[in-house]
Amino acid sequence: MLYREAGQFKTNYVSDSAIFPLREDRIGLGLIILAAYVLAFVGNDFLLQAVMIPFLVFSLASIGLNILTGYTGLLSLGTGAFMGVGAYACYKLMTAFPDVNVIVWILVSGFFSAAVGALFGLPSLRIKGFYLAVATLAAQFFLQWCFIRIPWLVNYNVSGALDAPLRTLFGTPIMGPNATPQVRYLVVLTIVIALTWLASNLVHGRIGRMWIAIRDMDLAAELMGIRPLQTKLLAFAVSSYYCGVAGALLVFLWYGGAEYDVFNINQSFFILFMVIIGGLGSLIGSFFGAALIFIMPIVLGIVLPAMLSPFGISVGADTIEHLRFMITGALIIFFLIVEPHGLARLWQIGKQKLLVWPFPY
Amino acid sequence: MDILYKVFIEPFVFMGEAPDLLIQTLWEGLVSGVLYALIALGFVLIFKASGVFNFAQGIMVVFAALILVGLYEKGVPAFLALILAAGAMLVLAMVVERVVLRPLVNQPDIILFMATFGLTYLLIGFGELIFGGSPREMITDALFLPQGTTELEAFGGSVRLQHLDIAAAVIASIMIALLAVFFSKTRIGRALRAVADSHKAALSVGISLNQIWVIVWFAAGLVALVAGIMWGARSGVSFSLQIIALKALPVLILGGFTSIPGAIIGGLIIGVGEKLGEFYWGPLVGGGVETWLAYVIALLFLLYRPQGLFGEKIIERI
Repeated sequence: MLYREAGQFKTNYVSDSAIFPLREDRIGLGLIILAAYVLAFVGNDFLLQAVMIPFLVFSLASIGLNILTGYTGLLSLGTGAFMGVGAYACYKLMTAFPDVNVIVWILVSGFFSAAVGALFGLPSLRIKGFYLAVATLAAQFFLQWCFIRIPWLVNYNVSGALDAPLRTLFGTPIMGPNATPQVRYLVVLTIVIALTWLASNLVHGRIGRMWIAIRDMDLAAELMGIRPLQTKLLAFAVSSYYCGVAGALLVFLWYGGAEYDVFNINQSFFILFMVIIGGLGSLIGSFFGAALIFIMPIVLGIVLPAMLSPFGISVGADTIEHLRFMITGALIIFFLIVEPHGLARLWQIGKQKLLVWPFPY
Repeated sequence: MDILYKVFIEPFVFMGEAPDLLIQTLWEGLVSGVLYALIALGFVLIFKASGVFNFAQGIMVVFAALILVGLYEKGVPAFLALILAAGAMLVLAMVVERVVLRPLVNQPDIILFMATFGLTYLLIGFGELIFGGSPREMITDALFLPQGTTELEAFGGSVRLQHLDIAAAVIASIMIALLAVFFSKTRIGRALRAVADSHKAALSVGISLNQIWVIVWFAAGLVALVAGIMWGARSGVSFSLQIIALKALPVLILGGFTSIPGAIIGGLIIGVGEKLGEFYWGPLVGGGVETWLAYVIALLFLLYRPQGLFGEKIIERI
């Protein structure tokens, strides 16, 4: 009833090409963003620290991989390593130039990751599909090896680990042991919203259309005057930029310190899960995917013991862990069978149905 | 110039000075190459017949080995346990076909790839739930796998050959020969090749795709069981074995995704290249190059020959 197209006329080209043509969508988005900010003041530390911050960080990484895999059609398994490049670059930059604000360095560190990503994207000019996926595995393992073997990256730190030094913004600590989850959540939220907005403009504009053209049929795209070399490398660079920023956020604003092992192959697979389950070629899908893959195991960990205890079955923590694995796997298969185009497609169908509700058409 | 000398001259001089070490390294490379080839073979079987890039192959190796060891520990005789483990792989193949492949037929490759990820998680959880997460010893004695080593006095030194490795190489060769005969001589083998060529044409001459998929997944399960026994005998049965499966990917690139001889030769090249690189060039950069060298070899190879050594020539070129 409230969600209607009727009466909203598009009178110029700008309103016709708007990302959210419906007034209700714009209001809804505004409410979601508002709620996200309000959550910082009403949510408890567990919710912010263990659920919301990682959810946002993984969403950002998923957006990065979605630009590459969903929009440009290039399968990559090196996401974890590109995130690592961002984190290590951020660490080097902020310890070398401690006076510059750390937000600047988080955003700049993405460019290092972008350069590395573009370098490892070079094989994409000759191969695609699973062959490319394996080629990006080379990036994953080689970069991870570099993180272990080059002590310069961690300033010859004996433990070999990255740690978050104390950094402030307007006098409030936003990084390091003194920063409260609330402040860190606000920083992460703002960065993620800004970068999502940027990504949305990228994929809806000329560049995004070039990527989609390459994905749908590279030969035809080339005939239309889109240069595959530049377009694919740009996709790799932009994708890696997002992953790099997400990696820096992951280490310094979520964990507060981490070792090379955070950026292992499982991290890459994890992000790929989110992208595919959420929906290839959809920004909102990246958020859905991150929510499902990251938050579902947490919820299962809380819900399962509560569900099993009334039957007198008391289970150990490790059994819960195994059941979580099994249920996650089964749900991945279930969602793929129900809707192979991901949660974003379900969302779209839901919105279509809502537009005509309560009538069938 | 010093670095060039160290990269291009010194390792070869060292190889010439100590040929026994070279032979030893080559032998170890060949042995791990055989095992990579076994895992790659499982991938190729499934990829050829159903176009599914089966990420779960690695966990199938672990799962098969765990069932074997788990049953033996429960008191089942070793060879009965072997048969039961093979039976479990058949059940797995049937369930996968019915629950995963059939509803997802005609979906894009990446969706099927993702579904095998789901399968991997499911099997990890299931396996740990039943057998626990702790690593186990493979039952080498009960299966009459030889132990011990032979020392060959040759090349101005001695070369140690593990009996187990020799057995692994022999068993793998027998298995590959059996598979080759199966593919070229039997009715089902011909049906499999027909499906690999074209799904639609195979369907139109009355070959049941569903049945073929079960057979292929079962064959891949058997290969996984053998690979599980061999890897398990070398380094114990644990869930970390599934990382080995990732090593099969560069092998596939080298050999081509659809070629059985390619999987074998690719496996040997990767195995030998990796060991030589680690032993002779690894110290130059601080060691540990084994983790990524295979991928870099495959990557460089891709730039030169994207379809692999024996892959189908008709590849989507860009």
